[in-house]
Amino acid sequence: MTTFSDPPKASFRPSMLLSDTRYRSITFQVIALALLVTAIWYLGSNLAANLRAAGLNISFQFLGNPAGYDINQTLIPYTSQSSNLQAAWVGIINTLLVSFLACVTATIFGVIAGVLRLSNNWLIRKLMAGYVEIFRNIPVLIWILIIYTIMTAAMPAPSAFRGDDPASTMMLGSFAFTNRGVYIPGPVWGPGSMIVVATFVASIIGVFAYRRYATKLLYDTGRLLPMLWPSVAILFVPAIVVFFIMGMPIGLDFPALAGFNFRGGIQIGAPLIALWFALSIYTGAFIAENVRAGIQAVSRGQSEAAAALGLRPGRVMNLVVLPQALRVIIPPLISNYLNITKNSSLAILVGYADITATLGGITLNQTGRAIECVVLLMLFYLVISLGISMVMNVYNNATKLKER
Amino acid sequence: MKKTVIFGALTVAGLAAGAAGAATLDDVKARGKLNCGVTTGLAGFAAPNANGEWEGFDVAVCRAVAAAVLSDKNAVEFVPTTGKTRFTALASGEIDFLARNTTWTFSRDTDLKFDFIGVNYYDGQGFMVPKALGVSSAKDLDGATVCIQTGTTTELNLADFFRKNNISYEPVPVETNAEGQQQYLAGACDTYTTDASGLAATRATFETPGDHVLLPEIISKEPLGPLVRHGDNEWGDITRWVLNALIAAEELGITSANIEEMTGNTNNPEIARLLGTEGTLGEMIGLDNEWAKRAIMAEGNYGEIFAKNIGEETPIGLARGLNAQWTDGGLLYAPPVR
Repeated sequence: MTTFSDPPKASFRPSMLLSDTRYRSITFQVIALALLVTAIWYLGSNLAANLRAAGLNISFQFLGNPAGYDINQTLIPYTSQSSNLQAAWVGIINTLLVSFLACVTATIFGVIAGVLRLSNNWLIRKLMAGYVEIFRNIPVLIWILIIYTIMTAAMPAPSAFRGDDPASTMMLGSFAFTNRGVYIPGPVWGPGSMIVVATFVASIIGVFAYRRYATKLLYDTGRLLPMLWPSVAILFVPAIVVFFIMGMPIGLDFPALAGFNFRGGIQIGAPLIALWFALSIYTGAFIAENVRAGIQAVSRGQSEAAAALGLRPGRVMNLVVLPQALRVIIPPLISNYLNITKNSSLAILVGYADITATLGGITLNQTGRAIECVVLLMLFYLVISLGISMVMNVYNNATKLKER
Repeated sequence: MKKTVIFGALTVAGLAAGAAGAATLDDVKARGKLNCGVTTGLAGFAAPNANGEWEGFDVAVCRAVAAAVLSDKNAVEFVPTTGKTRFTALASGEIDFLARNTTWTFSRDTDLKFDFIGVNYYDGQGFMVPKALGVSSAKDLDGATVCIQTGTTTELNLADFFRKNNISYEPVPVETNAEGQQQYLAGACDTYTTDASGLAATRATFETPGDHVLLPEIISKEPLGPLVRHGDNEWGDITRWVLNALIAAEELGITSANIEEMTGNTNNPEIARLLGTEGTLGEMIGLDNEWAKRAIMAEGNYGEIFAKNIGEETPIGLARGLNAQWTDGGLLYAPPVR
């Protein structure tokens, strides 16, 4: 009697880990992972052993202890009795603030300079080339110092505004430019002011809705609705009407000399201005080059064809060239936003209280917890960078060429 | 092959770091050099001169320790440290001894695991304002903008002082003394605060020192002293007694000029013990009997070091004040040498 059986399965032999291409790549990855883990474990245990030998330990308890120092720019409640963690939050918010402001202005500078660098006007073209080459090729550290030094040395001190015949006067009676910063009138929120703000927010949403509707109508029926004046009307009229109905709840607080400094209004500190401006013009020069590359990547035929249709140069740029150029511009733009965020850590040079200055500077120094502070700093910048990268990649996917 | 090399290097580094915890004296002797942490440059206290040689008040203590331990006052490797790196450098064993106007505080002594071996300069925090401001007391500084070196104990004292007096201020953090001076002169801050000795030294460099006044309030105690790692008590004893020897030498009238004739030629037993002609003090701390003699000969006794680097004859122009010997009404007091 003959017994039939399935053809024998190719049994797994250990040697196949190397010889079989199906397993080989996995084998090497496992080996690499094991080596990496061993190396990290070795370094970590070495650190732990040395700390133990020195009688120290890793502890994050210091975060709960009072910080003991004051910070000149705090957007959230903070006193010297607040915890080190709160000081770190102040720093994080300051970092995000200056990074956000610099990203916005750098983009504006970059787009303007990048477009103008391709202008037909010789003078403008060369001026923009000069801007890009000068700012791109000098370290941002130097720019921050130059701008801060110019600010503190060239602008008058608040004491210059004092006396019967002051050396300096406030612009329009409400703006003061001093070497400690710029003082501008600030809003005072009375009862009912939140309703005005809510109306304004609703108006902004309304403007978007209207423009969306107008575009849809244009595509569907070919009827072109006016865009500009309805947008402006929707934006301002309801808010102004509500403002008067509620009895003008929002007032202005003007800065005035009191004691040693100006008081009242909003103070934009010199460190913030210097850092913001320096980061903007420095990174703006890089973005300008990205924009130029993006525009040049769009075939000349596109703009020639658009011109042949009778479009004016401005509309050719806005409707034909820039939308296509964005696909080339956005990926390097992400890197530039990351660079701005990371370069903002140079803030301590001008005494701006960012996260590197609070957690990584003063707290580290006062508590002596160097390893813990640096680990937290690394984590923070990693999270922020990955976050920016993620948001920008979503935008990139939305604008990139849809291939079907 | 490459991996082996890297792992080998890591292992060696790990072992070296591990061993740094104990027996610093043996390490220093084996190396033939004392690794001494100093500031990155503060005139009078520690700064390289025109020839690139470090000199100053803190540097002199380093040289005295090197002379006592290695018989050569020049066997010192000076490691410049900033306010941020100083403690890590000491804790990790990169330096054996930190002499860098560092304030002796509770948490540094306990939590950070260091041992302060004594005080070589008694200081306190003060304020400097332009005369034109018309301020005569620090309590009138409500709302002022204050320049402050960041990451120092003065920063904490400042916050405490204003909170205690229930007045407000706006800090302008600066990294270095030079930066603070520039901001203050540009009027970016109303007042500059740091250790009174630093203020005096800074004001001395102004074009018109008379236009600036130091306010009378001294708002903190700043005992500045050298420190070593916690746990190596033998090394702590050696450095502590080198500093004490310099202070005791001034009290006993031993100077670098008369030390040779005093050796074996005195009827004061304390001087004889200190200079090693009597007793076995050197043996007790693991050195030979001439350790203190060499330490004093290195840069002179405490008074000579003070006069040469920061005293009234120098541009820094500091009076002895609290740093006079206890016999002259100051706070300097070396325990008995016996």
